[in-house]
Amino acid sequence: MGRRKRLAQTQSGAEGMVSLPALLHRNATQFGNVPAYREKEFGIWQCWTWAEAAAEIRAIALGFLELGIEKGDHIAVIGRNRPAHYWSMVAAQMVGAVPVPLYQDSVAEEMAYVLEHCGAKYVVCGDQEQVDKVVEIQENLHQVKHILYTDKRGMRKYDHAQMNALDDIKAEGSAGHARFDAELDKRIGALTYDDTCVMLYTSGTTGKPKGVVLSNRNVIESAKNSAEFDHLTRNEDILSYLPMAWVGDFIFSIGQAYWCGFCVNCPESADTMMTDLREIGPTYFFAPPRVFETQLTNVMIRMEDAGKLKQRMFHHFMAHAKKVGGQLLDGKPVGFGDRVKYALGNMLVYGPLKDTLGYGRFRVGYTAGEAIGPEIFDFYRSLGINLKQLYGQTEATVFITVQPDGEVRADTVGVPAPDVELKIDETGEIHYRSPGVFVEYFKNPDSTASTKDAEGWVATGDAGFIEESSGHLRIIDRAKDVGKMADGSMFAPKYVENKLKFYPDILEVVLFGNGKDRCVAFINIDLTAVGNWAERNNVAYGSYQELTAHPQVLETIKSHVEEVNKSVAADEMLSGCQVHRFVVLHKELDADDGEMTRTRKVRRGFVEEKFSDIIAALYDGSETVSTTTEVTYEDGRKGSISATLKIVDAPVVAAVQHKVAAE
Amino acid sequence: MMLDNSEGYVTDDGRKIGAVVMEMKNITLRFGGVVAIKDISFDIREGEIRAIIGPNGAGKSSMLNVISGFYVPQEGEVWFHGAKRPQMRPFEVAQQGIARTFQNIALFEGMSVLDNVMTGRLSFMKTNILQQALWKGKAEAEENENREAVEKIIDFLEIQHIRKTPVSRLPYGLKKRVELARALAAEPKLLLLDEPMAGMNVEEKEDMSRFILDVNDEFGTTIALIEHDMGVVMDLSDRVVVMDYGRKIGDGTPDEVRNNQEVIDAYLGVSHD
Repeated sequence: MGRRKRLAQTQSGAEGMVSLPALLHRNATQFGNVPAYREKEFGIWQCWTWAEAAAEIRAIALGFLELGIEKGDHIAVIGRNRPAHYWSMVAAQMVGAVPVPLYQDSVAEEMAYVLEHCGAKYVVCGDQEQVDKVVEIQENLHQVKHILYTDKRGMRKYDHAQMNALDDIKAEGSAGHARFDAELDKRIGALTYDDTCVMLYTSGTTGKPKGVVLSNRNVIESAKNSAEFDHLTRNEDILSYLPMAWVGDFIFSIGQAYWCGFCVNCPESADTMMTDLREIGPTYFFAPPRVFETQLTNVMIRMEDAGKLKQRMFHHFMAHAKKVGGQLLDGKPVGFGDRVKYALGNMLVYGPLKDTLGYGRFRVGYTAGEAIGPEIFDFYRSLGINLKQLYGQTEATVFITVQPDGEVRADTVGVPAPDVELKIDETGEIHYRSPGVFVEYFKNPDSTASTKDAEGWVATGDAGFIEESSGHLRIIDRAKDVGKMADGSMFAPKYVENKLKFYPDILEVVLFGNGKDRCVAFINIDLTAVGNWAERNNVAYGSYQELTAHPQVLETIKSHVEEVNKSVAADEMLSGCQVHRFVVLHKELDADDGEMTRTRKVRRGFVEEKFSDIIAALYDGSETVSTTTEVTYEDGRKGSISATLKIVDAPVVAAVQHKVAAE
Repeated sequence: MMLDNSEGYVTDDGRKIGAVVMEMKNITLRFGGVVAIKDISFDIREGEIRAIIGPNGAGKSSMLNVISGFYVPQEGEVWFHGAKRPQMRPFEVAQQGIARTFQNIALFEGMSVLDNVMTGRLSFMKTNILQQALWKGKAEAEENENREAVEKIIDFLEIQHIRKTPVSRLPYGLKKRVELARALAAEPKLLLLDEPMAGMNVEEKEDMSRFILDVNDEFGTTIALIEHDMGVVMDLSDRVVVMDYGRKIGDGTPDEVRNNQEVIDAYLGVSHD
């Protein structure tokens, strides 16, 4: 799109649509009887059409006016994916307020910081648990004027002076519509393309969360471009199950859903997600690699319990799919015989399997956030599931690069998304500029200035390079995590960690070695996979901790590390990153303990400090290390666990002789 | 807390407890020569959580069976809603609005959770076997109606994810919850829980406590429970009856019971010097 056209849009928005309420109005009038939201409740999928949803949202907005919500107020939304929560956000926009979705699994003190920082006077809570947290925070904060809640259970005994059920507010709003209609229409009419659409807090692997301000322009332009890129239509069905506070969910479940007019399906509860996925069979799907990994692990575990004939059939046809499935999906030429065999496999294995997984209608889908294992990625693609990768950030309103159909690979993240300009600076850091570039960090001009320059270029903090042969971007690691070993060779922890994490037994890895002469690692085992293995092999264990210390487990992990070392040694640039010694940690790294972000990324610095005694032992050559670790339970109580960990030496491969450059 | 007021009382957390719904008058129960319950009297008031505690073999389960009408005491009277209760068969007890769970889980292992909970609706089903088999009109409408009630309970107890799972595949803690769901499906006025926390870990106990309180709060169900775990009992109940060797040795609020010397002796033992 040319700059002239972009300027022309400044006033009118995309196709005259300047805000989400405007898009809602368009959808409700143009195709009002098409399903807009579904939610499974009491075992049945309840459905709302666009016209019904618009009525619900308007009623909530009227209720907000009755509460006295002003233009520019911040309204925090804390809860699981439910239509009522999405509606509250759009209703907030209608009255000129700014919705701020928060992570519902944050503990009270994390939430306190964000609530105080955005100055939210109104909070929409999903249930009693969230209300309790806000009430606790309110004891010190005294800024919240009114709490609204969606689930009435257990709420009867609370003091309702500053509290109401969202349903009641909605009813009051509807009843008083004659008084507020004019004001509401005035406020909707006053919304501009550059007004704030939403504020999202980034979890941040370092420091305090930052409030990313996204305008209507950011959200609508990004939704429009990405929808056109993947030819999304009104007929898509998506399953909304990822945290509402995450930018991806906002774009998929609100931005694109409103732009295209497709249907947002909300699961019954977090535990039923897999069943609901199967019932809905989304056509457009988004999941972090973890979801695909878990599903694949479950498939493999269940296949091991299947009958001999089924097992043979499964393995036979999966081998064939691996050979030709990906090529068929990419539209490359495949022989007639192979096509026939693939069709047969589709009838006997792939089709039923896709149906079981909930991918029977899967048209296009993405995985992002972390690198996905090539085997996992290829497994899904070979089944004919059009899974692709993208690279994005909250600050970019998700999209930086995306993989076009037919150019999908496990090791790249694609080409620049429509309207995105990309450049790599001399240190290898990736920068971008696009219509999706955020407005600012809320109340944080210093950070804004250090991230976004005057010309609108944003530094991603990731190091990468553009592959010359294909024009695709490849990510190496977080720029600040890339370091140098003592001998000056490159230290890129993510590269090695990902290779290890691709083994189903391994859940998480943290590699250390910056500035040192060799690398050492922490490893978390995957309880599902290892527990299943233990059960099948009659290995008795009493707890997670006991399982992590089992000699056979350590032996298996050691063999994985050995294989990875071999493959790392083959890469001349990174051969110094081989794992010399490792421990299997006695506890899972957890966001509740601050070791990970809420989006499950390891906080490297924090982990390094917290477990400094173990790291010291890894380097000083001791065979075991005794340690005591503080843990936080889900209800916020603290306790501690002690353990003696065995340190394992892993075989390393002598580094390939560094090619001497022409000197 | 005020007690001994025929109109009821108000609990510390502000719940209004109503009039007496069930009264046990001088109950004595014998099995041959063994006296399981000896001359015990107490009452249960509307809307309260009433606990019966005591060491092993104190006669707690026998007492619960007397309340449920399963055992008929040799002496004494059971008064329910102001009338002396005659000897009844189990389904008549259920029709009176009394439901229970069991110490040793008594579910249909091969059936799904949903089907198990549906059996709790049996007393609401009026169609006969032929209508059910034909599955026309009335039977279908009745099933839908009852399914809706069951789904609300499934939602309430947060067991949606195991709706279609056979009970035999569930862990112990969840089975206990399913049993509670089935008892609730009968929409009881008086719910009897026989050791609802037995064999549970701390987290499961916390969950179960929350559900018991929520049931009492949301549906106004009167609850009588037997429990071993003293901590749980003291936190949950409004009033506690303490039994030892078939006798009642204490009755009152958790605080009163906790400070009762006889109760302390029964639980901790008495020195013999």
